[in-house]
Amino acid sequence: MIIWILATLVGMGALAWGFRFAGQAATGNAPKFRDMPFGVAYGYVLGAVVLLWLGWAYLQGRSADPLVANKFFFLRIAIEGFIIFAIAAWLFRILGRSVGTAWTKKMFRSMPLTASFGILTILIYAILAIFAPAIAPYGQEQIIPGVAANITPGGDPALGGSPDFPLGTDQIGRDILSRLIYGAQNTVGIAFATTLLAFLLGGTFGFLAATLGGWLDQVLSRLVDVLMAIPSLIFALLLMTIASVWAPELGIPLTVFMVLIIAVIDSTRVYRLARAVGQNIVVMDYIEAAKLRGEGLGYLVFKEILPNATAPLLAEFGLRFCFVFLTIAALSFLGVGIQPPLADWGTMVRDLGGFVNYAQFAPMAATAPLLAAGAIALLTVAVNFVVDWMLHKSSGLKE
Amino acid sequence: MGNVLTIILQRLLLGVLTLLIVSVVIFTAVNLLPGDFAQNILGQGATPDAVASIRRDLGLDQPPITRYFDWLGGVLRGDLGTSFAQANFASFTGTDSGATTVAAQIAPRFANTMFLAMVTAAIAVPFSIILGILAALYRNTVFDRATNIFTLSSISSPEFFLAYILILFLAVLNPIFPSLSNIFEGMAFSERLEKSMLPALTLTLVVTAHMMRMTRAAIINLLASPYIEMARLKGLSPMRVIVKHALPNALAPIINVIALNLAYLITGVVVVEVVFVYPGIGQLFVDSVKIRDIPVVQACCLIFAAAYILLNLTADILSILSNPRLRHPK
Repeated sequence: MIIWILATLVGMGALAWGFRFAGQAATGNAPKFRDMPFGVAYGYVLGAVVLLWLGWAYLQGRSADPLVANKFFFLRIAIEGFIIFAIAAWLFRILGRSVGTAWTKKMFRSMPLTASFGILTILIYAILAIFAPAIAPYGQEQIIPGVAANITPGGDPALGGSPDFPLGTDQIGRDILSRLIYGAQNTVGIAFATTLLAFLLGGTFGFLAATLGGWLDQVLSRLVDVLMAIPSLIFALLLMTIASVWAPELGIPLTVFMVLIIAVIDSTRVYRLARAVGQNIVVMDYIEAAKLRGEGLGYLVFKEILPNATAPLLAEFGLRFCFVFLTIAALSFLGVGIQPPLADWGTMVRDLGGFVNYAQFAPMAATAPLLAAGAIALLTVAVNFVVDWMLHKSSGLKE
Repeated sequence: MGNVLTIILQRLLLGVLTLLIVSVVIFTAVNLLPGDFAQNILGQGATPDAVASIRRDLGLDQPPITRYFDWLGGVLRGDLGTSFAQANFASFTGTDSGATTVAAQIAPRFANTMFLAMVTAAIAVPFSIILGILAALYRNTVFDRATNIFTLSSISSPEFFLAYILILFLAVLNPIFPSLSNIFEGMAFSERLEKSMLPALTLTLVVTAHMMRMTRAAIINLLASPYIEMARLKGLSPMRVIVKHALPNALAPIINVIALNLAYLITGVVVVEVVFVYPGIGQLFVDSVKIRDIPVVQACCLIFAAAYILLNLTADILSILSNPRLRHPK
């Protein structure tokens, strides 16, 4: 195995040397090939080999022999998904360039493909989350009478599927497709609400600390220092243990506690940023002028500081949302986050995760947990792409 | 040199102080629980006499401040208390052999987690630095963009997604590594390494992006400086310019980021250990959270926080040591 890999690497080295030599001979020593370092030539060969291998794997995935096809099934799906998403993002960018106001048209013109993919994905998630009850064929908690549990995804009766349930049913007979769609509403909605709350808390206190300074700033900042010294997932788990004892006694759902706990933990990071940005703004002349005019604290924070701090806070909102979303997913995956019977992606991955082990024989059975986990990953990747592009644009970084 | 020592001592004292305050926070949080240990152990049919006697034995009738110092003193002596789930009557009467203490439960698992973190660091650090150097060398090419997209995707995916993908491709479809990391004492090193390979690879994917991007950014930042231009004009190859001239000066931010990511590793193990059923401290923590085994939760929390603070402190001190401007503050 290792010998094969080494042999391939050495062989590619020889190929790269041959490629450069052939290029030099064929183009009469053109500068492109004459000055090409060996590393670059190797890179070209490596890229070509990877592309060839992907093509070969795709054909294997389409082969008639089910054993071979099963083995490359997921690679095939990944390649198809990648191409479809790339085309969709490309079409979306063309659409954005020709439709809309002058401002959006200009924005789409300079947009990389990754960012347009991100915006498209976020839009799809938003539509799914808002119209979940209309789109989902069944209810999220509905145990359909007369339907077996653990129907395989795929809808093929020969492989244990059912055409009525394209993604199958879970361990107690609920429709997985409906639960995935409702998951967009629950998981994304709760994460969004938590992030908003964290920004409200952190932003308010951060701006207050920056404007007022003095002992308030000192007390808040030291408090935040202590809270940030504990790793956030660990602290959240500790507080969730305590909340899980309190929740039934007070009659408040555990999910409410989770939102509050994560919002408080994450607001410390927002506080740091809001305070730093606010302090840079507070020393400006126009703030001095507003103070001399006799404006109150509310006017200073909302009319002078907030509009000037929007850009960094907006980028931070995207990143913070990703963190909150991943924390909630991790907590749910560990079994202490969003509680059943609410449909939630993290819980679904935990409940269905064992099916991954059947991928060799029934690749369809393994898709359900991967779809739920992939739904989380896709959204965070999309948000990250958009934030990356926004930061790149606003920082003016060129190299 | 004395100056540096004072700064480091200051930071160390600050770290100890932070740890103390964190222990107060953890203790207070745990004491917010309704009811107390005694009632929970004895359950519903407890007689008031029995509750009172266990309270007296555990010192629960003392005021919170006394209890805090008792707990802290115990922690400093290595006595983390008695685990709730493993507790039996003997452990409260002092006739216990010691197997049910929290310390006895945590010690072997702590070693396992450290092993996993070290394997991950041994893979992730060289991998991400080499990737970062290559991305800086071939910046703004297809290679750079592909690496960028790949690392950004891997850092923004949840750990369990990466873990299941790795299980799918490396354990189920191509049985190279085992998907369950059942590690036990007295296992041969090579076997242990093989069994902890998948969790280590998952964690590598999680931490690589940050380190690789920092390496790339730190090197590219330096490429505009005059001495790099000089090296280029001398006719050195681009690889040599970066490795010999840019990298040594870019080391400070890179080391800092590596230490921070190792701190992240210590807490990132929780989810990964649960997926692979790796017998580490993270799994013990999650199990204890589920059954509300408070003494274990408290102890694990303290250990995670201590590791986190220690590594952050190391990052801080290393960045002071590697930067002459911070070494001699005005």
